[in-house]
Amino acid sequence: MQSVRAQRFHQNSDQIPSLPLYRSAPALEVRLEDFELFAIDRLRVLKAISDGLSRGKKPNEMENLVNDVWIENMRHAQASESVNKDIISHFVLRLVYCRTEDLRKWFLSMETALFRYRFMRLNSEDQKAQMAEFNLPYKSVGSAEYEGLKEKLGQVARSINQPLPSADAIFYKVPFEEVPELVACRKVYIHKGYAYVAMNQVVSLVVTQFRSHLSKALILTNRKWTSTIREQEKDRLAPIVEALSTSYLGPDYSQPRESGEIKIKDLDQIAKSSFPLCMRHLFEKLKEDHHLKHGGRMQLGLFLKGVGLKLEDALAFWRAEFSQKVGAERFEKEYAYSIRHNYGKEGKRTDYTPYSCQKIISSTPSVGDHHGCPFRHFSDENLRAALSRMGVGARAMEDVMDKVRNRHYQLACTLTFEAVHSSSCDAGINHPNQYFIDSQKSMQSKS
Amino acid sequence: MTREESAEGPEDMLIDGNETEAPGQKQGNAIPDEFNANYLKAYYGKLFPFSDMFKWMSYGNDGKHPACDQTYFGRREFSFTLDNDIYLRFQSFTCVNDLERTIREKCPFKIDIGPVYSVDPAKRHAYAQSGNNVFTPVERELIFDIDMSDYDDVRYCCTGADVCKECWPLMTVAIKVIDTALRDDFGFNHILWVYSGRRGVHCWVCDRKARKLSNEQRASIADYFRVYKGNENSDKKLSLTGPVLHPFLARSYTEVLKDYFEEKLLLSQNILSTEERYEKILDMIPDESVTLELRGKWQEKRRSSITKDINVIRWEQLKQLLQSGKHKATGLRRCIEEIVFSFTYPRLDMEVSKHMNHLLKAPFCVHPKTGRVCIPIDPSNCEEFDPTTVPTLSMEEMESSYSAKIQQSKNSLSW
Repeated sequence: MQSVRAQRFHQNSDQIPSLPLYRSAPALEVRLEDFELFAIDRLRVLKAISDGLSRGKKPNEMENLVNDVWIENMRHAQASESVNKDIISHFVLRLVYCRTEDLRKWFLSMETALFRYRFMRLNSEDQKAQMAEFNLPYKSVGSAEYEGLKEKLGQVARSINQPLPSADAIFYKVPFEEVPELVACRKVYIHKGYAYVAMNQVVSLVVTQFRSHLSKALILTNRKWTSTIREQEKDRLAPIVEALSTSYLGPDYSQPRESGEIKIKDLDQIAKSSFPLCMRHLFEKLKEDHHLKHGGRMQLGLFLKGVGLKLEDALAFWRAEFSQKVGAERFEKEYAYSIRHNYGKEGKRTDYTPYSCQKIISSTPSVGDHHGCPFRHFSDENLRAALSRMGVGARAMEDVMDKVRNRHYQLACTLTFEAVHSSSCDAGINHPNQYFIDSQKSMQSKS
Repeated sequence: MTREESAEGPEDMLIDGNETEAPGQKQGNAIPDEFNANYLKAYYGKLFPFSDMFKWMSYGNDGKHPACDQTYFGRREFSFTLDNDIYLRFQSFTCVNDLERTIREKCPFKIDIGPVYSVDPAKRHAYAQSGNNVFTPVERELIFDIDMSDYDDVRYCCTGADVCKECWPLMTVAIKVIDTALRDDFGFNHILWVYSGRRGVHCWVCDRKARKLSNEQRASIADYFRVYKGNENSDKKLSLTGPVLHPFLARSYTEVLKDYFEEKLLLSQNILSTEERYEKILDMIPDESVTLELRGKWQEKRRSSITKDINVIRWEQLKQLLQSGKHKATGLRRCIEEIVFSFTYPRLDMEVSKHMNHLLKAPFCVHPKTGRVCIPIDPSNCEEFDPTTVPTLSMEEMESSYSAKIQQSKNSLSW
């Protein structure tokens, strides 16, 4: 392992140990039980990150959270052991999460987030060393150029509530494509194709590198997995690997429920009784406006697929609404394709999976949009009105709103479920389709 | 580049479109008289700028130079909507003659342009069977789609698909703000603005760097332009945070938005003329003492002696109050900017820009509902563009000024 620089670790350091870049798989002997245990510990960290993100935690809260869960799960009395565990667990999970597009996507986001917050904990000397290790070709802005930009750089700093840069502040001039997240939030000054990145923002540069490296590595690992490893390890590692991924991500609801399909004529009824608020809202808006924008069509359309609406019925259902607004012809021309697409009948022929709570919560609905998570995206007033239409009573309402204020959107949804169904939901709500299934179960057990 | 394409047009020029069975007529009144499939045929036969389109989308790969990628144009997806609502995706063409022949033969009501793929999109199934999933988009212009119907909550002259001279300045604002940022901030140079044929504008950024952007990078640019965070379900539609504006927003405000709001839209849209309208603005001011005071002033009976426009008077009263010493410290000044942004700042269809494989209608198409040609708009003179005088497919236009206009606007394709 070249990327681990042992001299940087101090046995009694309170910091997270320095960061490996996971460039190549470790040539270490690993006991089979450690193989699994290390991976489970790392998964706990990634799962905590995933939960934190879906609760909309702010960057500084995330940084603390990552630090805490890392110490809790990954810290070993001996620094060198910690490093080994870090590297081994990472490579085990690469195997686990390389196998499908969805798994890769999840792992990539969580590992990248983990890397980001660990990097932010490093002191600036270590950060610079890390940058050197990535071999980034960027130069810092010279003093003559800095003078000319000072005013704009100051304006950007103030616009994001940062102190004005000092006279000796370091800025890197990089092509804007290298720092998409800073561009997206307007956190940098951009001029003629270059973004001016402050020293405290270099984490974005490093993270972009890390992410693209890991993304490519996962594709390669997947190839190796399907071509050789799965067969070679079918009695030893393969079962562990396959069990690990499902234990934490939960079902993806891409296949309709076994218990059968849903008929169009029943939709109104079950929308009222068993849809979570986000889907109920989309459903009602669709009935009201006879139209939904792209984000809404995707969120509701895939949910309905997971609920058990067959393709033909889905086409009929959307046609009935849209044709009232845009006419049947335009529906066939412009919208039918994407519905068949969602069912894997067009284009890439991927069978798309319904959106999870995490995805819905992190979406950013805009003007005219109705998708997203109402617990996160509605105003206080609109949310209360919507909840009372669902039949949530005054006391339960306050509990729900309390969770919302603390940005526990999934817990708020769980409490809503419990209030509407007068039954408990111990597992919590993680997926709109899970809400639906649990709701149907709860109603069946009562009838 | 050759500019004479009319010479080899088909001989069967229509004499009178009314007798023949025009397929478009089955849709009854939906299609105005100006639009007629026979005119369309003549248009593709005589006027549609095939060679310019080909030259544009070859990006230099049509030459003899050894570095030219001769497969480049042939990997571009075109899609056609035919008059009988048949939708053909993944069409591709080896050369300009192929493109020209097929379009003349099929006479599509609409032509969309997609990305350049790794392999010829028409043969994607053959490649798919080879096992490796190699059919993937590799290049695509950075595109923007701005649609007037997204402004329905801030325009009072028309709604939905309609546009008029009163609301079109919203599009002019959008072009100015986005065009300046694409050039000055992102450093792009090859930018084509096109009238979408009905109610909006399209933008094609064609620089090599732009064509190679990943989806994530495209999304970051779209987000850079985004100031609207909420929608009708949340409280606030617009969020300008921080003690000062980012240089891009500050420049847009002082150079474009403020003037267009105060000098055009405030008056033409009568933004403060009625109670319903001014209440919408008062909703954006989070200080009850201010809103009470303004409401009090505005509810008084208007004095007829005043010659100044009511919208202007009320806007000045609002500004004066919010900028007065009393409220200076409380951050209420930001409200003025927020109101101006709400009523003027460009609203992009984000999904279109974020993904490489989104289709966008080709320039010089004819909009089937309006019969208007999707002509380029010169961003440096965009305030002069008038959607109501865009050439339409009608006999009269075909014969007269029309070809001159097309020719003129085509020049913007040749960089």
